[in-house]
Amino acid sequence: MIRGGILQIVLFFVYLILQVVLLKNLVLFNTSFCFLYVAFILLLPVEMSNLLLMLIAFLLGISVDIFYNSLGLHTIALVLLAYLRNYWLATITPQGGYDIGTPPTLAANGLQWFLVYTLPLVFVHHLVLFFVEASGFTLFWYTMLKAVSSLLFTMAVMLLLQYLSLDRRR
Amino acid sequence: MERLLKFLFDYRAFFTFLFLELASVWLLVENNQYQSTTYFNTSNQIAASIISTSQNIREYFSLRDINSDLAIENSRLRKKLSQQDQILLARELSLFGDSTIINRFDFISAKVVNNSTRYYKNFITINKGRDDGLQAGMAAISQRGAVGKVKSVSEHYAVLISLLNIDEQVSSVIKRTGHFGTVQWDGTDTRFIDLKYIPRHVELKVGDTIVTSGYNSVFPEGIVIGTISSFKLNEEAQFHSIKVALSQDFGKLSFVEVVRSNLKIEKDSLEQKIIGDPK
Repeated sequence: MIRGGILQIVLFFVYLILQVVLLKNLVLFNTSFCFLYVAFILLLPVEMSNLLLMLIAFLLGISVDIFYNSLGLHTIALVLLAYLRNYWLATITPQGGYDIGTPPTLAANGLQWFLVYTLPLVFVHHLVLFFVEASGFTLFWYTMLKAVSSLLFTMAVMLLLQYLSLDRRR
Repeated sequence: MERLLKFLFDYRAFFTFLFLELASVWLLVENNQYQSTTYFNTSNQIAASIISTSQNIREYFSLRDINSDLAIENSRLRKKLSQQDQILLARELSLFGDSTIINRFDFISAKVVNNSTRYYKNFITINKGRDDGLQAGMAAISQRGAVGKVKSVSEHYAVLISLLNIDEQVSSVIKRTGHFGTVQWDGTDTRFIDLKYIPRHVELKVGDTIVTSGYNSVFPEGIVIGTISSFKLNEEAQFHSIKVALSQDFGKLSFVEVVRSNLKIEKDSLEQKIIGDPK
């Protein structure tokens, strides 16, 4: 338990540094962003309580915001994602339930389940992020384009990392 | 009372959610107010040092561009200097006797350590701060034109609001006709900016130069913003809708000069007596 906790704290900083040093500079076609840090919240253990999740999301969101000069923006989207996560996990419980103590990964539950789990949550996060940033719906289709293309980018990188860690375990 | 507590406890997740969201919305709104002195941005020491390290690495890949830019700038300045000498020689230094008017603006050169162009609200971080005399509200220009305003400063760093920020407005003038309006970015294409409030009787030409007006005493007057690339006039509209091609390529910004206006306080306090607070 304590070892797991320390590992998660290290991962927190790994995701944060990765996001603000590398992925922040990686933008495709000026519209496609990679917000891989959402994976940290999504991959925390299943039985973690809602309250703890949201507090962690708040901390991670603010840390990312400091580097993006957008205080509050990523925090709003990420806390929402953390709040919805456990309800969504409960809704899509696979047959036989989750294994205690394991994170909800692709390796544990399969590709189809993983997509059903992550795709809607990441999309909600991106929608909130881009529409709050645009402060309204005046540029609706352009903002929508940004949200969808970023969704594809983030999901692609997240799946890639999932498959990489899958291979290592075999 | 017991019931109330039980209710709060049962829905504790939701209330925590509500509390955290309200806190972040408050941060967002607070941070959006112009010229805040908040430390939770990239002028923060730790954030700035991490970002400037990453910028240092990235800069090795654009050294060629930066070098050629600086060479052009050098030659331009040398030419200007010699022209200035000629003029001063011809007029025997008689025109501007008042040294406060000549030294109205100081220029502080700074390196860009962080720059974004891909969001609706873009900011630029530079490596000069309060120690070098920077303050919130000063203008930043580069060799090619206007860049933005200083939003907040720490000891060694400062964050600028880029012209490519949907909240930023700059008072500007059409150089040929002398009509003034306001430029503001619409949030889509980083090469163009909108010029607003030019009344319909003004006759425009594609290619007209847009420069800063100097009315708000942040920017010196006559700093180039861009040239008109297209304009149209709708039937019922009061104003032209004009697209201006920016002279500054914001994707390639490497050095800026922050302008300290030495007479700003005098001008502002004089105006404030008559028209009240300029905001």
